[in-house]
Amino acid sequence: MNEKISVRNLKFFYGAALALKGISIPLYTNKVTAFIGPSGCGKSTLLRVLNRMYDLYPGQRAEGEVLFDGRNILDSGEDLNLLRSRVGMVFQKPTPFPMTIYENIAFGIRMYENLPKSEIDGRVEDALKRAALWTEVKDKLGASGQSLSGGQQQRLCIARTVAIKPEVILFDEPCSALDPISTAKIEELIDELKTDYTIAIVTHNMQQAARVSEQTAFMYLGELVEFDETSKIFTAPSDKRTQDYITGRFG
Amino acid sequence: MASNINYAKRKFGNRLAMLMCLAATAIGVTWLFLILFSLLWNGLPRLTPALFTELTPPPGEKGGGLANAIFGTVVMTIMGVGVGAPIGILAGTYLAEYGRHAKLSPVIRFINDILLSAPSIIIGLFIYGAVVVPMRGFSAIAGSLALAVIVIPVVVRTTEDMLSLVPNQLREAASALGMPRAHVIWLVSYRAARAGLITGVLLAVARIAGETAPLLFTVLSNQFWSVNLLKPMANLPVTINNFINNPDGNWKELAWAAALLITLAVLSLNIFARALSAGKKDA
Repeated sequence: MNEKISVRNLKFFYGAALALKGISIPLYTNKVTAFIGPSGCGKSTLLRVLNRMYDLYPGQRAEGEVLFDGRNILDSGEDLNLLRSRVGMVFQKPTPFPMTIYENIAFGIRMYENLPKSEIDGRVEDALKRAALWTEVKDKLGASGQSLSGGQQQRLCIARTVAIKPEVILFDEPCSALDPISTAKIEELIDELKTDYTIAIVTHNMQQAARVSEQTAFMYLGELVEFDETSKIFTAPSDKRTQDYITGRFG
Repeated sequence: MASNINYAKRKFGNRLAMLMCLAATAIGVTWLFLILFSLLWNGLPRLTPALFTELTPPPGEKGGGLANAIFGTVVMTIMGVGVGAPIGILAGTYLAEYGRHAKLSPVIRFINDILLSAPSIIIGLFIYGAVVVPMRGFSAIAGSLALAVIVIPVVVRTTEDMLSLVPNQLREAASALGMPRAHVIWLVSYRAARAGLITGVLLAVARIAGETAPLLFTVLSNQFWSVNLLKPMANLPVTINNFINNPDGNWKELAWAAALLITLAVLSLNIFARALSAGKKDA
């Protein structure tokens, strides 16, 4: 399998505190990789390294290598905005921008491409269809993005991410604020998106990890305890800590 | 039994505290209404079309209006806000966005707070020394600059506060799309905080509309119609100050009318600003 992203001996610091203690893990092209583990184990931190989100905050830094198509994105010369347009991210809480549904998606496209309005319309429609939101909002594209329900807002955020054609999409607990029906829709969506994108998802819901992913990584206290095929992690984990966690004995 | 006595005591204490709060509120509100009432009582008779069309009269004459003073106040308020608000918004943006973690920010915040509470007469004196003396004369420009200096700290504070209310998740989400920082601020932060930012500017307008002290040393006043920004210009606060202490009955009446005008303007600005910030916050 192709490695879209290869994390090699990654250490991460919040100030002086070591949050990731030398992690190495691949993200395979067009596969879904799930990250599970108790709160504070570093899985969200790892995700935030992959698009260098941590760069927004002083005092946070990463050491090691993160190869994206073979190039180390931790290099100081990396163009962060370009990187983030290629590695999209969907957050825990839906974050529609204070503008119309249409604008929420269109303005991201306009940042990278100079297109006539008709083509942007097409791209917006396409993105909303990919996010399975089109039929629900096609008659109210001018309404505020914040007027949608939580589940719709999250799909709007996915549409917004998809619209600028990234190669990798990072999901940081995308369903933890959603009801089961919206959750099912997002999971279906993730399953469809992997044909075009490489996907990483952090989740506290182990059934979700089992349902959507091909690979699962179990992290604990800043270390990668186990990384394997999802079916193997959930049926025959090789590490006792993984076994204890997935059976609910700690965490 | 003992607990019942305790309960009765507490209940009594509660009533007493409530009563005192109500009394305090009543006292405060009473003064406000007395002020409004006396302004209306004394100012309404001269609130006629002539007030807006005729110039301030020379002493001893009947009639006249406040046209030149109203014009001057509007012009200087607009110029003061025009100069002060952009500076204030930019500085507030630095504090809330770019300089959030900078060591310079607490220093700026501290200095801004001092400026916010500086007596306005000091600001007038400062502009007197910095602008009036070198320019060899009182002028509308100097008055506007004094007002701008008052506007800046108000807008810096409200801008920072309002931008700080924008959830950081929105900024992260925008950055995650690869938006440069300036776009994040312009397209997301400013939009999310729009109502609050406008409210801050409106409150600054209300604040300077009635300022007298900084104008006394900078623009003086003018008996006549003048649109020359390099010359003294009539304005409502100084006109009130000059007219109210004069034995001339006509001047006194005009001073009351001017006071009523300013109060109505500030009151409606405040109400408008409140309605705006209480209204829906999304796009």
